[in-house]
Amino acid sequence: MKIAVCVKRVPDTETRIKIGVDGKSIDEAGVKFILNPYDEFAVEEALRLKEKAGNGEVVVYALGSDASQETIRTTLAMGADRGVLLKTDTPSADPLPAARALAAELKSGAYDLILFGKFAIDDYHQAVGPMVAELLDLPCVTAIGHLEVNGGSAVAEREVEGGIEVVELSLPAVLSADKGLNEPRYPALKGIMAAKKKPLEVKAVTLDAGGVTLLELALPPARKEGRIVGEGPDAVTALIQALRSEAKAI
Amino acid sequence: MHAQLRGAVRELCAGFPDAYWRDLDSRREYPDAFVKALTKAGYLAALIPEEYGGSGLTVADASVILEEINRQGGNAAACHAQMYIMGTLLRHGSADQKRAYLPKIAAGELRLQAFGVSEPTTGSDTTQLQTTAIRTGDRYVVNGQKIWMSRAEHSDLMLLIARTTPADQVKKRTEGLSVLLVDMRQAIGHGLTIRPIRTMMNHSTTEVFFNDLEVPVANLIGEEGKGFRYLIDGLNAERILIAAECVGDGRWFVERATKYANERVVFGRPIGQNQGIQFPIARAHVAVEAADLMRWRAAALFDAGKPCGAEANMAKLLAADASWEAANMAVQTYGGFGFAEEYDIERKFRETKLYQVAPLSTNLILAYIGEHVLGLPRSY
Repeated sequence: MKIAVCVKRVPDTETRIKIGVDGKSIDEAGVKFILNPYDEFAVEEALRLKEKAGNGEVVVYALGSDASQETIRTTLAMGADRGVLLKTDTPSADPLPAARALAAELKSGAYDLILFGKFAIDDYHQAVGPMVAELLDLPCVTAIGHLEVNGGSAVAEREVEGGIEVVELSLPAVLSADKGLNEPRYPALKGIMAAKKKPLEVKAVTLDAGGVTLLELALPPARKEGRIVGEGPDAVTALIQALRSEAKAI
Repeated sequence: MHAQLRGAVRELCAGFPDAYWRDLDSRREYPDAFVKALTKAGYLAALIPEEYGGSGLTVADASVILEEINRQGGNAAACHAQMYIMGTLLRHGSADQKRAYLPKIAAGELRLQAFGVSEPTTGSDTTQLQTTAIRTGDRYVVNGQKIWMSRAEHSDLMLLIARTTPADQVKKRTEGLSVLLVDMRQAIGHGLTIRPIRTMMNHSTTEVFFNDLEVPVANLIGEEGKGFRYLIDGLNAERILIAAECVGDGRWFVERATKYANERVVFGRPIGQNQGIQFPIARAHVAVEAADLMRWRAAALFDAGKPCGAEANMAKLLAADASWEAANMAVQTYGGFGFAEEYDIERKFRETKLYQVAPLSTNLILAYIGEHVLGLPRSY
């Protein structure tokens, strides 16, 4: 079972985001970066599939600056076999150039499965995975919550409005992982030690500009201060009035 | 390496938030799930050499693990000894003993996190201990009592220091003591009784009674009569590791107090704007960071195989004082809320107080510095 997992380095959800002086990038000073949480589910699933099969290889790909090496090391500590960094210091706002770079690299890998997180928590595009599938002409199932692989085919489940959709697909395929697919493992101490010795290849790539240009980043408007409409049961009428006429929430 | 270790331990600790520790504290229960997760991830086997299934880390690396547990609001004292008590076995045990026990300790199948030293009547005056182990044939017969034996109920094996030659038959009082490995799984009910002692914080400490307990001679660690030296030479590592825990506590208090002082508004402004609140937080931070430097100094010497008794002792003293001052500061910053259980300050306050007294009293560190570093007369 040969599995590729594509991961991304993203700001921690708990970190306070500051916008850089250019107005269109994040000021990285003091920001903590993590492995995209949905990608963590993808890595865990790949490791479990390999362990279940009893053989195979899990290769982790990241696209980004040198700092993404740390993100790849995190996955190596979890148990991935090797990593490849497609290095670029000029990321594109368009997901398509990223998908092209990844597809070009993955094409010759002879992977049974290519896994992504369902989206990266920084840009929410949900696009790179399906685009890679399209470029490689492979079947694609997004946001899976359960997966069973049986030889050359697999059954995946995805949560849809009000129910579960069960999909059968043939391998090789591209899948993206949703929360609930599994419970990712903690990196073990031995894993951290071993990760230092695992191969991590760095390949320079140049992304074309693509068709989308990022114009501006803006923080959401600061939340207005709350207002106490009154106290006790007497306040209920005033609250309902405010919710109806001012907030128009009910 | 340290950044990655911290990150990984932090991630593990995130699964055991304040509420987890608070709940255990209210019931005085052992953090089984946390210790299991920590063991499974291999952290408690950090110091065991790779050939026995551990990771062979340095004391400096291992200290980062314990520091980070306390830094995240947890309590490494519940299991830190699983990391370092095996050191006595590693340094002085026979090849057979090491092969028999270390891999299982590394895998977490065997817990060796209890060391019977203190006794009710002798306290820190270890050489006067009263517990005896009398050799008869291929067994030692142990009689006596130990106190403040932490985690005895959560350990499979215990190291025990007992007198094998009566004090009046040895030249120096440090002679005639021996270290035995007691398999508690077999010993309980056959001469070994453990009685828990309820304390002001959740610490699983006990008193342990030996009544004609038989221990095979094969379980003697090293040579008979040299146990006191074996005990002493494990202490520097312990002091450095505990200093790191104190640093973790200190940073937790400073971080919590800073956050609270920034958010809590009284008289129309955050209380942290008042120098009466701000300066004690700043002072606590300075003390913790200074203690941390001594901790790294001691760890570097230890890992280079150089003498570090003075530095390890100083690190422990500075770090324990810094965490205790930080704890006081945090209660003061939080005011009434510092006493409320749901803010966790009072819990950590009680937990960090222990480092003033255990595993050794601050006074004994001062006595060591006075006598052995400065050349003053022995004061005790």
